[in-house]
Amino acid sequence: MTTPTTPRPAPAADAGTTPPTPARRRRRSPSEQRSRGDVPFAILNYGGFLLFALLCAYPFYYLIINSISANDVSALGDVRLLPQGLHLSNYQQILALDGLTNAAVVSVARTVIGTAATVLASAFLGFMFTQERMWKRSLWYRLTVFTMYFSAGLIPLYITMQTLGLTNSFWVYVIPAIVQPFNIILVKTYVEAMPRSLQEAAEIDGAGTFRTFWRIVLPNMTPILATVAIFTAVAQWNSFQDTLLYVTDQKLYSLQYLLYTYTNQASSLAQAAQNAQGNLGSIVSAATSQTPTSIRMTVAVLVVLPIIFVYPMFQRYFVKGIMLGAVKG
Amino acid sequence: MSLTQGTPAATGAPAATQAAATPLPVAGRGTPSRRPGGRRRGGRPSSARSSKTMFLLVAPFLVLVFLFSYLPLAGWATAFYDYKPALGLAGSEFVGLQWFEMLVSSPVQLQQIGQVLTNTLAMSFLGFATSLLPVFFAMLLNEIRAPWFRNAVQTLTTLPNFISWVLVYLIAFSLFSSTGLVNSVLGDWGLITAPLKFLDTDQHVWLTMLLWSLWKGLGWGAIMYLAAITSIDPALYESARIDGANRFQLMRYITFPQLMPTYVVLLVLSIANMLNNGMEQYYVFQNAFNKEYIQVLDLYVYNIGITGNSLSMATALGMLKSLISVLLLVAANAVAKRARGTSII
Repeated sequence: MTTPTTPRPAPAADAGTTPPTPARRRRRSPSEQRSRGDVPFAILNYGGFLLFALLCAYPFYYLIINSISANDVSALGDVRLLPQGLHLSNYQQILALDGLTNAAVVSVARTVIGTAATVLASAFLGFMFTQERMWKRSLWYRLTVFTMYFSAGLIPLYITMQTLGLTNSFWVYVIPAIVQPFNIILVKTYVEAMPRSLQEAAEIDGAGTFRTFWRIVLPNMTPILATVAIFTAVAQWNSFQDTLLYVTDQKLYSLQYLLYTYTNQASSLAQAAQNAQGNLGSIVSAATSQTPTSIRMTVAVLVVLPIIFVYPMFQRYFVKGIMLGAVKG
Repeated sequence: MSLTQGTPAATGAPAATQAAATPLPVAGRGTPSRRPGGRRRGGRPSSARSSKTMFLLVAPFLVLVFLFSYLPLAGWATAFYDYKPALGLAGSEFVGLQWFEMLVSSPVQLQQIGQVLTNTLAMSFLGFATSLLPVFFAMLLNEIRAPWFRNAVQTLTTLPNFISWVLVYLIAFSLFSSTGLVNSVLGDWGLITAPLKFLDTDQHVWLTMLLWSLWKGLGWGAIMYLAAITSIDPALYESARIDGANRFQLMRYITFPQLMPTYVVLLVLSIANMLNNGMEQYYVFQNAFNKEYIQVLDLYVYNIGITGNSLSMATALGMLKSLISVLLLVAANAVAKRARGTSII
């Protein structure tokens, strides 16, 4: 599933790796002395990467097969390669848990709203910071970028959020994250690499700054905006610290924070789930009754699934975006 | 200068009745010397107005920067008060440098901070020590010929970067807890009789934290270098090959040196962040057993400030940390300037 069927992320990558190819062919000719070392090297290289790739992928696979296996088996750590005693009741029960749907709504909302706001702001600011006419442009730019390396600290920030009335508010997830210096640098670098004549032509035709941005520059920077969007969306979806610091209202818990609390309270939750089943008078089979393990695994899969699905589709965009950003170092 | 100033005036004059500002910037930007200030002063009021209008468009965002990055600096005052959240700063007692003195005066406190600093620096240095791994990862991956294999590796190894530390911890828990996969496999093979404690132990905490960071970040870190490899001039390889260089010599004498500028910049930047390890990773992995060795500065500030409720002392500590970080940044910037000729901020 995670193996992309899409074409190679960036054509530039192929352009770079193509030149050595003739050399490799040449090196395999008998006249080359070192060609004997090539085969062991290739084996080691392929083997090493295969191992590391498996090391990265297996934990995800492990979570998934355990969440759909018989709970009494998975609790013992005995589900390793294939699911055993397939059933989906874990998902039914977990989805019925209080708070989970709510947290999912919060997480989706902050991801959608937060990403939209951040992307638009990054695009606009990145563009504006290329406009040399702007009053004290480089000063504002420096002040913004400086915040990447400097923060007043946890407690002052907490007090500030409190003063601004953002604690226990949904907007604490969105507003402080709108201006992201790193994204602005990415966009700015990209706009600077665009042909000047594009903007100049628009301005000669009488377009103002804003119209030039909206009609000319914005449509031309979708690759970098896709990159910014995926970075932001992943960061929003994964964010845990802001809930931990600023939110005590359970209605505003994010999915990640709930996952953390579930991880810590899985035993009591399992007990509660088993009791609930008992109260309903159903016959609880050991295979489907909740265990701490099954609860942890199932919630983890629910949290990670969106990323596993969405990520391969976007991979080519952020690989390209990183390249655009990397050119400048 | 006078020449460049003359151009916009000349082109602007006939069009004065039109949308006033538009012709000016066009000619202005085309000029080789970019001097908005000079042009504004010498130019007409319309130019100044457009430059201020642009600022006004950006201003709301600058307000956000101010609110969330610079306004909190006022909170540093907390470090000089005996801050009680219920009373606010006005109702709290001014205590001067008491908290700073407390940080260094009591031996117990001093010992604890020493340990926290050791942890912070140790983990940062382990990060520096392994910072070349993504370079090698990229160089070796670049030697893989089958595109499908390279793509698959790239996809799978960057995946962990996109999950949260909470989830990483959950994975760690499901694999390494006493009932987890690793212990159950080792038990089945008869290698162990009692489950090994991988998580609830203060042994090798730095190492396990490093390994989890590497698991999460190695593939992702390599992407940057893979991108840099594609921008290496192919002529370099060709000439080296004509001189008879083999694959390893190409890597050693062309690819590696060509990647060094990018590497050095990233390394210098990370020096500025030496004290900022963040807290999420350590927060989720901390427990009663490993607390002593896992507390880095950021986590320690959280633990004494939010959990321990001594907000003022936490602020004092955070303030010192921020000031040292700025010094490090200035130093790193100087190094970068000398090494590259350009400053990083």
